Amino acid sequence: MKRHGYAPYLIPGVIASVAVIVVPLVMTVYVSFTKWTGVGSPRWVGFDNYTRLFADSLFWASFGHIALLIIAMAVIPTLLGLVLAAVLFDYIAKHFGDRWAGLFRSGYYVPQVLPVAVTGIVWGWILHPGYGALNRILEAVGLTGLAKDWLGDPDYALYSVMGVMIWFQLGYPIVMFMSGLQRIDPSLYEAADLDGAGWWQKFRRITVYMIRPEFYVVLVTTTIASLKIFGQVFVLTGGGPSNATLVPSYFAYKNFFEKAQVGYGSAISTVLTVLIVILAFVFLRLQNRAEDRA
Amino acid sequence: MTVTISPPAAPPSPVTPKAARHRNPVRFVVLAVLAVLLLLILAPLLVVAINAVKSPAEYASNGPLSIPTSLYWDGIVDFWNRVNFGQKLWNSFVTSLVVAVLGVLLSILNAYALGIGRVKGRVWFLVFFLVANLLPQEVLVYPLYYISKEIGLYDSLIAVVIIFTVIQSAFGTYLLTSVYAEFPRELLDAAEVDGAGRWRTLWRVVVPISMPTLGVLFTFFFIWTWNEFFLPLVFLVSNDNQTVPVALGVLQGDRMMDATTTSASALIGILPALLFFLIFQRTLTRGIAAGAIK
Repeated sequence: MKRHGYAPYLIPGVIASVAVIVVPLVMTVYVSFTKWTGVGSPRWVGFDNYTRLFADSLFWASFGHIALLIIAMAVIPTLLGLVLAAVLFDYIAKHFGDRWAGLFRSGYYVPQVLPVAVTGIVWGWILHPGYGALNRILEAVGLTGLAKDWLGDPDYALYSVMGVMIWFQLGYPIVMFMSGLQRIDPSLYEAADLDGAGWWQKFRRITVYMIRPEFYVVLVTTTIASLKIFGQVFVLTGGGPSNATLVPSYFAYKNFFEKAQVGYGSAISTVLTVLIVILAFVFLRLQNRAEDRA
Repeated sequence: MTVTISPPAAPPSPVTPKAARHRNPVRFVVLAVLAVLLLLILAPLLVVAINAVKSPAEYASNGPLSIPTSLYWDGIVDFWNRVNFGQKLWNSFVTSLVVAVLGVLLSILNAYALGIGRVKGRVWFLVFFLVANLLPQEVLVYPLYYISKEIGLYDSLIAVVIIFTVIQSAFGTYLLTSVYAEFPRELLDAAEVDGAGRWRTLWRVVVPISMPTLGVLFTFFFIWTWNEFFLPLVFLVSNDNQTVPVALGVLQGDRMMDATTTSASALIGILPALLFFLIFQRTLTRGIAAGAIK
């Protein structure tokens, strides 16, 4: 039975999306070709903002920091989460019961449900050089030499932020992978046991192979999340010290709201957007091809 | 990309805990390693909790790791009153609730037209919602800020509600369309035979049957909106309009904030989020796999 006339149901969604997404997006792309302080009318300058951007060492530095944050937010949590999910799913659940596996999973996931700004406050305080808990703990156990200005020293600030982000992200891949593992037919493992396969072999040949869809999704969503990172950096370091933790979104924010260089800020966010969209489509193609082959 | 809601229940493990005959010590080593990791992940929150109820004098003499000798509530009470925290909680609650309700409604209407109605060009609509879902908020923020100032919605919760309703429903539409595309056709045909129009069919048949998915969406929208930082930071500048994350985030680096006040502020930021997590835990862990793309 063919159905017609559903189009009216799209009207509210289309109007709202045009107002909140399409129009602002087009405006930002337009403004990126102008010089504008936010008052008066923008002055067309062609590609000036972009040529300036690609010559700006801060812009490249901010993307360099993102590369490291991708390691902390995407690569490490995905790999570590894969191992932890497998251990919880086919070791803890089997030997101690599902309740224990579920308990660990929820516990590891807790940092993900806290507001980003609040986790920033927690860590900003723990890592504070003067009254922070970490340095006080190091002093208490006699390792005063290791105490540092974790977030205030340009040599360490980015690594500190990376550490916080691993802590923040780890729960997400664990939950995703554990739900993917439920699809696997237990008889596969039994067959492998009969063939004398060890835990590592089963992990590589069955577990990793079967949850490839989740693996792709986790990797791409966490990578996109690292490209977008703002809140933690805003609260923990404000992009400092001396731009050691500057990231593209914060760089754009500063240009918009602190320096009143709206055209330049728009160029930064346009480049970031293009990068994210390309990444997402490359990922979708890869995933479709992987599904076709399977 | 296929998005499915996986059932919450894990398949029964082939080996029940009791049946695990060889009680070798390895499994307790594995359990201990996982427990230590869990403790490390939760440690920052525990440290925050014990210092939030510690007097500044005790913190100065005994440091961050001592268990408080007596409960000291003044830090929390003072902070609560100073930032008028009740007001912030209310702002966050109302915003998140209204966004969750409106976001689910908008997702339903869009997905009804795209997933069940299969309107012309639905692939392009879906691509649009997917891209909208990926966009960094930085690329929308300045025009939204500018427009809201022009129409008198700047520094108002209404602007934040409208923007997040649309942003969240982009995700909801994408997810719900793939669920509705698999909706049993017999039910729709039966409703039509009974003389129900499309509007009635939507509310009497489609919505009740998809309630579990809608519950997942509602939960996600609520928690995501509660945790949002960037746009509320830009839009909600006056004290009376701030949400919890904004109020706490902008206080960082304030010289009124000492160690115990900071942990008090972190604790009252953590508690509501933890409460939601406990209330929604089942829906969340079930839904995270469904929410693959975020």
